[in-house]
This record gives sequence, structure tokens and C-alpha cells, in this order.
Amino acid sequence: MLEIKDLHASINGKEILKGINLSVKSGEVHAIMGPNGSGKSTLSNVLVGHPAYEVTKGTVTFDGKDLLAMEPADRSHAGLFLSFQYPVEIPGVSMVNFMRAAVNEKRKYEGKPALTASEFLKLMRQKREIVELDSKLANRSVNEGFSGGEKKRNEIFQMAMLEPKLSILDETDSGLDIDALRIVAEGVNKLKTPQTSCIVITHYQRLLDYIKPDIVHVLYKGRIVKTAGPELALELEEKGYDWIKKELGEM
Amino acid sequence: MQTEPNKYVKELTQEKYKYGFTTDVHTDIIDKGLNEDVVRLISEKKGEPDWLLDFRLKAFRYWQTQEMPTWAHLTIPEIDYQAISYYADPTRKKDGPKSLDEVDPELIKTFDKLGIPLEERLALSGMAVDAVMDSVSVKTTFKETLMEKGIIFCSISEAVREHPDLVKKYLGSVVGYRDNFFAALNSAVFSDGSFVYIPKGVRCPMELSTYFRINAANTGQFERTLIVADDDSYVSYLEGCTAPMRDENQLHAAIVEIVVMNRAEVKYSTVQNWYPGDAEGKGGVYNFVTKRGNCKGADSKLSWTQVETGSAITWKYPSCILSGDNSTAEFYSVAVTNNYQQADTGTKMIHLGKNTRSTIVSKGISAGKSQNSYRGLVRVAERADNARNYSQCDSLLLGSHCGAHTFPYMDIHNETAVVEHEATTSKISEDQIFYCNQRGITTEDAVGLIVNGYAKEVLNKLPMEFAVEAQKLLSVSLEGSVG
Amino acid sequence: MKAEQQYIDLFSQCEAMICRHSSEVLNAPRARAFADFERAGFPTRKQEKYKYTEVGDCFAPDYGLNLNRLEIPVNPYEVFKCDVPNMSTSLYFVVNDAFYKHVQPSAALPEGVLFGSLRDMAQQHPDLVKRFYGKLADTSKDAVTAFNTMFAQDGVLMYVPRNVVMEKPIQLVNILRADVDFMVNRRVLIVLEEGAQAKLLVCDHAMDHVNFLSTQVAEVFVGENAVLDLYELEETHESTVRFNNLYVRQEADSNVLLNGMTLHNGTTRNTTEVTLAGRGAEINLCGMAIADKNEQVDNHTFIDHQVPDCTSNELFKYVLDDQATGAFAGKVLVREGAQHTNSQQTNRNICATREARMYTQPQLEIYADDVKCSHGATVGQLDENALFYMQQRGISLKEARLLLMFAFVNEVIDQIRMEALKDRLHLLVEKRFRGELNKCQGCAICK
Repeated sequence: MLEIKDLHASINGKEILKGINLSVKSGEVHAIMGPNGSGKSTLSNVLVGHPAYEVTKGTVTFDGKDLLAMEPADRSHAGLFLSFQYPVEIPGVSMVNFMRAAVNEKRKYEGKPALTASEFLKLMRQKREIVELDSKLANRSVNEGFSGGEKKRNEIFQMAMLEPKLSILDETDSGLDIDALRIVAEGVNKLKTPQTSCIVITHYQRLLDYIKPDIVHVLYKGRIVKTAGPELALELEEKGYDWIKKELGEM
Repeated sequence: MQTEPNKYVKELTQEKYKYGFTTDVHTDIIDKGLNEDVVRLISEKKGEPDWLLDFRLKAFRYWQTQEMPTWAHLTIPEIDYQAISYYADPTRKKDGPKSLDEVDPELIKTFDKLGIPLEERLALSGMAVDAVMDSVSVKTTFKETLMEKGIIFCSISEAVREHPDLVKKYLGSVVGYRDNFFAALNSAVFSDGSFVYIPKGVRCPMELSTYFRINAANTGQFERTLIVADDDSYVSYLEGCTAPMRDENQLHAAIVEIVVMNRAEVKYSTVQNWYPGDAEGKGGVYNFVTKRGNCKGADSKLSWTQVETGSAITWKYPSCILSGDNSTAEFYSVAVTNNYQQADTGTKMIHLGKNTRSTIVSKGISAGKSQNSYRGLVRVAERADNARNYSQCDSLLLGSHCGAHTFPYMDIHNETAVVEHEATTSKISEDQIFYCNQRGITTEDAVGLIVNGYAKEVLNKLPMEFAVEAQKLLSVSLEGSVG
Repeated sequence: MKAEQQYIDLFSQCEAMICRHSSEVLNAPRARAFADFERAGFPTRKQEKYKYTEVGDCFAPDYGLNLNRLEIPVNPYEVFKCDVPNMSTSLYFVVNDAFYKHVQPSAALPEGVLFGSLRDMAQQHPDLVKRFYGKLADTSKDAVTAFNTMFAQDGVLMYVPRNVVMEKPIQLVNILRADVDFMVNRRVLIVLEEGAQAKLLVCDHAMDHVNFLSTQVAEVFVGENAVLDLYELEETHESTVRFNNLYVRQEADSNVLLNGMTLHNGTTRNTTEVTLAGRGAEINLCGMAIADKNEQVDNHTFIDHQVPDCTSNELFKYVLDDQATGAFAGKVLVREGAQHTNSQQTNRNICATREARMYTQPQLEIYADDVKCSHGATVGQLDENALFYMQQRGISLKEARLLLMFAFVNEVIDQIRMEALKDRLHLLVEKRFRGELNKCQGCAICK
């Protein structure tokens, strides 16, 4: 589904990603872990086409298409979803108008007719239940005045609405208490099908207790330095990253 | 019941205007009045070259066609420009004193009394001083030390003689004589002031400072300061001013011009403590000043910090022209008015270059029957892509007979600009005072504390020695403002 | 020749004709206004108050005036079909400056309420009109007001007696209609007595594609405890010039909402002066401008807190595209003794192109210490992070920009205290941003 080859990217002229190789197949859950500043968020931003980042080398194909050549909105239409680490507040734009625009633009891209108002509201209601999102939140402006947990829940709600093929969860667990973490993780699991994949970016094992990864990668200094099964995450939780640095001959 | 006040603050609040004494020294004052002959006479007394006399005459002729501006939120009594003497020289000697031995001991004593020792061995550490009384520079300290690094720090009269090319190149390049009424007047009759040139790549090792003192009666002071910071240089410059207590008003119309070249940085700090007049509004200095810097070079930086406590009337807008790409400008101001003082002060930020940034923080404090206005302009020119400005103007009112006003102007001609202005007006809440009272602090002391806290953001920008001075001044200026 | 001379000559020659076709009350202050105008002339940009609009240039072209009151053949009920769903209003028209007399019967008003031609009302109720006319609009202080006072022959009077609550909003449609370049001088007087309540929606339209210049002076008196909502919507075209001077005086505990929305225009100058004369009075003054091409919108507001315990909230938002120019100057004066004043002013603007210009000048003048006053002004662009977030969710950049601009001005629309009108304006604004024809379905007024 996703094929990243020798990806280099920089921001403000500073190279952050220094040759990423990663392959994600349908139905797989990948976890990417790594110390702060290793390039995890850069990777997710580059994949969804954030204008501040410049790809200097490498290729990314998504379902056979050249992802890097696509506009950010088209990447979304093609089925790529990023749950942002810091979802932005958009005062004045109601969740309903926002989601309706997003859903209908995707349908347009797929050649489907726009949903009627009642169809749309019905869909909102159904999907809201998946993440137990309060109906009051759905009537507010996008993320405005939401608590940290509510913002993350809202991200998963939008994921449910847009039914992406590949979701990237960028530190979705940060700032969540244990109940919110469970709700968010269960939401993600409910949305999972054999055709969809997921990249979970996290610092901690606890999210991976709920969302079981098939493959765990360690990203360090802009490269994937270690790839293994789920046991790697447990080992990192226990021992930290120093042993990996040692393996790399840095300590 | 009032508890024993905090001793430190108490001492301060009982201080009157302590710089109000006069110096008894023979002063060479020319006759009152202003005409072309007076302009020629000033130029002649200073032994100036023809080009400078021409500059003065052009300015004078232009001035005659102008009227005093009335747009400021000030009530200015009519000023009789013919009743002022435009030149007063307390040093008497033709070329100014060559060494300290030649300076009248009375003058040295005066500056000692003002806390500005002119003998280098007694000087405040790390500070070079140009002391100006009335129309003449009395003495510039550490001149030789600075010269070793190629730094020129001298009176402007001396600069005209010793470095005519530099002066000619930059004088009037930032503030033209047609700039405004007072700039024209100053350009015609300016007497002394300081000249600073920091050569390429030099970081000035000490604070440079000019201390202005008006002494003679019925005279105006029209000093002129010119600072040029060449590529990659840095200088921090301080200006202090006081005047004797006199019943009649004294006119002070200065010009400060600053040129900042590529990657250079200039910090200009002022603690203005001209005599503000008495509690009934009698006397005091009229301070009508034009200060402007040009961030001419790319990545240059100019920072204005001012603490305005004195003067009966203040009309002053230290401004920045951000011509160089990526240049930065700041304006930090505290203006305190009490009794019958009036202040109309603020800044102009003219964004011309790309990626230019400016910050304005203005804190106004009004007490008594005073009027305190912030007036500012932020202009973003068409080509100034990605300009950013943030302005914050706060007013604090102490008492119900004073006024606090804000007049910001924003002219935006470029769509990539982000310009923000916030202003608030508040008073010291009774809860705050009560809280302090409960902790044993008298109301008057509490006001001093709170006001200093309120102004802290600006005071922190001042060099250390000045910050302490400024803090004391704030408390003194507000004496008697709380009933 | 200076722009004012032709009007000085015109007035001198036609004063008798102007007066013959008006009423005594309106004629009374003309001579004084003329003297004021002759003395002052049109304001220049050197005057702070008119810094952003060149008044003389606006008046310089040759406009026709209908001083002889020839009737203009048009039936607005036929051309105007404003179908605001769920909003039932009493509908009235003013064609140029003449109140359209053939009012359709649906518009029955509560007892004692007067709504109609100012000239006729001034003849029928001279004492009433005399009590208020010209009392707020000082001809010596504003040359445009003086000009209007010289030439205005008719307009609208709205009078709501004591404690009368008008449930049904009134909709007044000003139609500019002429075959040649044309000037209109309209006069409005609104009086709400103690405890009265009313809502008025005024829409400005231009039917013909000639050059129009309209001046309007409105005086609004709001008695103790009275409540007034006044909405003004300008939807004209690029060759209209509008000078709108609105003077409001509020007594104790009155509550006024003014909302001026400029959707389509040529050159617009709105001057709004509100005097808070009684304790506990509250004014909510808001406005919005969406301007593109060479449109110019200049709002000048002045709120005078004369007494303690009053509240003013001000909110103006501009979205400027193409070469449009926006100006906002808002002054809040808190007089000595006006303690416990609560005043907030906000002006936010978006310049969408390099050629668009915004001038903003919020001003506070405060002479009392126990007050809460603040103002904020910003000029900027749409939030880039929000734009990217929306794109990640599959919303195209163009659509994301629209949504954000829409959200930006929504804050002003949300101040409206009539749900149906709010919905209507959401729609109009969205259409405006999408560049779709702004006219309402079935309406033949806006061509």
C-alpha cells in the first residue's frame, strides 16, 4: 500500500529525514518509536504534504500512485489520514460545515454525488458513537475550546467519517488519560479492516497495549535503525533507547 | 490604621525633583530672538564650514513657512520664539575645553551632583559620557580609549571639525530639515550633542552616554545626536536629561538620527527627567523631540527604550524605518504624567524591507490632572513582504481627573503582513491595594510597587544602572498622586 | 473650480424650489446649514475625520438632482421580491429619497406607531418632528451633514410611542433608480419613546447602472429602557457613492444594536456617532465589509460615554480582495466622571491581495479611572495551519479559504438578533465569497 524509498526531507534547509525506507501492506499495523527529535512527526508531515517541509530525495508511492506529486487534499481523497499531534483550532468554522465539506469533496473525487443534509447528519450521528463524542462538541467550532482529550477523540471521529485506507496516528496518546486512551484506541480498532492499515507514532508502550502492532520500527536521527516484531516495543519500554545507541556505536 | 511604610520606598516618595538646582557660572548667552543673523552667529561661534551654514539657512527659511503642528492631544500655550535665546555657552572658551583642567570647576561639580562624574577614574564602570550643558559639550570621557578601537565618540561640533565627511554624509539623512516644524527649527539652530561612529565589525566595549543639562534661563536647548553603526557593529547608547526648576517654561527641541548598517545593532535608551513643572503646573520643560533611526542594512536591529517622567509637555515619537531586509525594530516605553503634565508620545514603524519585524510595548501611567497619550503608526509598504508587527499599549489611571488616550494608526499595503494591536486601560484595583495593606505596605508604597511591576517589561530593557534610576523616578514622579 | 462651488450656486438658485417641495420643519435649518457648508466646504483628507475618503472628488462629477420632485415610475412591489424564509416583515420602499406611498395592506402597524414619508409626517405632526429634527445632526460639525440638511426634501420617519413593542420587524428598502447620473439626499428620523421596542432592517439597492451619489443623515433617539435593532445592508454596485451619517442618542438603560454590512458597493463612507446619555445604556455597534475590485469602505465611529455605568461593544471586520481599500477609525471617549464604563472595541481585517489596503485607527480617549476599556486591531491573513489541517481532511485549498473567510465574518453576522435574517445573511455572504451573483432569487432589483 505504502512504499517509501530513500526519503530525505528538510525544513528551513535543515535535513531531518536522511533516507527512510518503509513498506506498509494492507491490513498491517506499524508502530514507529524513537526519542524526541528523531524525525517522527516530520515523517508524518511529509507524507501528508505539509508545505513547510521539502523533500530533497527519494520516492513515496501510495496504492501505486506517486504520493509526493499530489496536493495535500488529494492525498486525503486517496485515503491518507493524519491524526495530528496538535490539532489546530479553527474559530468560527463549525464541525458540521467542516466535515460536510470534507466528506463531500471526497465523494466528488470518487465521482459520487454529495450527501443530502439528512444523510450527512445521520452519518455524523453514527460515527460519533464510535468515539463517544459528545453531540455538543459536534456543534462547536473545529477544536475550539476542546480539551486535549476531546481534540484527539475528534481526530478519530474524523477518521471514522473519512474512512481512510492508511491512518497515521501521530502521538495520539499524548495528553490522554487512561479512559480517553481506551476510547480512542477502541475507536481505531473498530475502524480497522483487512483492507486498511495504520502507522502508530508513539513514545510509549501503553497505546500499543490497545492497538497491537505487527511491526515496530525505531526511528533515530532521521533513519529507521531497527525493525522487529511487537516485542521490540516492550524492550524499549523497559530499557529505553540507550542500548540502541550503543548498538549503533554511539555510546 | 497605617503601618510603618517600607523605608526604601518612603525615602523615594518624599524626594522632590532633586535636580532642580542651578549652576552659577558665567555663561555666554546670545541675545534673544531668531532671525538669519542669529543662525549665522551660531554657525560662526562654532566655526562651521559653509555647507553646514547653508544647511542651517535652508532649514531656517523652511521653518519660517511652517506653523506649529496642532494634531497632538496637547494643549500647548503659545510659544514666543523671539523670546528665547538660541545659544548659551557656559564654558566661555572659544573651542571648548581641551582637558578637565580647563573646565570650570563649577561645571564639574554640577555634573558630580547629578551623579555624572566627569573624571574617568571616578566614572561609572563601563560607561563613557558626553556631558552637554545648554548649547555646548563640556566634556567627553574615555574618548581616547574608544578611539583605539576606531570608535568616534565626541560632541557633534567636534565631529564637524574632525570628521566632516562622515557628518556631511549622514546629517539630515534620516530626519530631513523639512520633516516637521521642530525638526526644521532644530536644523537651523542646533547647538551641540553627540556624534557616534562605530566602525565595521566593532562591538563597542562600553555604554556610551550623553547627559543633557539645561542651566541658563530663557534659553532653548537644541541638541543634535547622530549615531552611525557600520556593518556588523554594536553599540548601546544612553541619554539622560535634567533641568533646573524655573517658573518659566523652557524649550527643548532635539533631533536624534541613527543609521544602522548591515547586521549592526543599536540600542538607544532614554531616561527623560526634564523638570516637569510644579504641582500647580507652573514652569517645566517643553520637550519636542524628533528621534528616528533607519535600519538601512539587511539584518540590522534598532531598539528604543524610553522612560519618560519629566517635562511639562512631551511631544516625541522615536521611530524606525525598516529599510533593510530582515531588519528588526523595537520600541519600549514607559511614560508617566502627574499633576498638569501632558505627554503625547509613541512611535512609528515604517516597514519597507522584506521580512521585517517590529515590536511596540507602551505603558502609560497617568495621575493627578495630567493627560497621557500614546500615538503610533505602523505602516507596511507594498513591497514589504512578510512584515510582522505586534503592538501593546496599556494605560494605568491613578485618580479620576487624569486622562489616558490611545491613537494607533495602522496602514497596511501588503497582504502578507500580520499586524496586531492590543490596548487596555485599567486602574489599580482596591483588592490589590488592600492585599498589600494587609501585608503591612501602605497605600502609597503599594502604588509604587504595583506601578513598577506594571512597567517592568520596559524597565527590564534598560541597562542595569539606568533601570535602578528609572525605578526610583517612577515612584518619585507619582508622589502625592494617591489620596 | 472647487467641488463645492456648483452646490453653493445650485442652492442659491434653487432654494425656493427645494423648500416648496418639502416641509417647514425641514426647511427651517437650511439657511444655517448653507452658511456652515459655505464656510467649511467639503472636508479634505487633511482633516482627521475624513483622512481616508476624498469627499470633494466624490461630489465633483455632475449629478442630476430631482429637486422638482418628479415622480419616478416604478412599482417596487413588483420588482422587489425578497424572500427571506421564516421572516415576516412589514415591507416599505423608498425610491431615491421618496417614500413609496402605495403601501400594500399587509403592513399594518401597532397603534400609535408612525412609519412613512418624513415630509408628509412633518406636515401632519409638525410639533413631533420639530422636537427631534436636526437635534443630533450638527451642521457646523460635519460638512456632509450640512450638505444633506441643505438639500434633503424627504425621507423616512419612524416613531414608536411609549411602551409599544413592535413584534414584527420593519424592512425598508432604499432603491436607487435613475436613467442619468443621479444624486439623492435622504433624511431619516427614528424615535423610540420610553420602553418602546423595534427592529428595523434597511437594505440599499441600485436598480440602474448609472453613477449614483447618495447622502443620508439619520437621527435616532432611543428613550429610557427602549430597545432598537437597526441593520443596514448595502448591496449596490461599483458606481455608487454613499455617505451615511448616523447619529444615535441613548437614554438610561436603553439597548441598541447597530449592524452595518457592506456586501457590494462603490465608495462608502459611514459615520456613526453614538451618545450614551443615560446611565445603564448599552450599545452594540458592529459592521462588516466584503470588498473587492476597486471598492472602498470607510467606517468612522465615535462612541461618547457621557455618564457612568454604560457599556459599548464594537466589532468590525473587513475582508479585502483585489484592489479594495478599507478604513476603520473608531474612537471611544470616556468623559470625566463616566465611571464603571465598560468598553470593548475590536477590528480585524484580512487583506487577500497585495493591492488591497487597510487603514485602521482605533482610538481611546479616557478621562475616568474606574473603567474597563480595551481595543484590539489586527490585519493579517488566513491561518496557514488551519488551511493545512483542512486540506489534510480532503478540503481543497480554495474551499478551505472560503470556509475560513466565511468563519471570519460570521462573528459579525452572529451579532444579529433575528434568526431568520442571520440565516439569510450566512447565505448571502457565502454567495458573495463564491463570486456568485448576489441577487436574491426572483428579485429584479440588482441587475
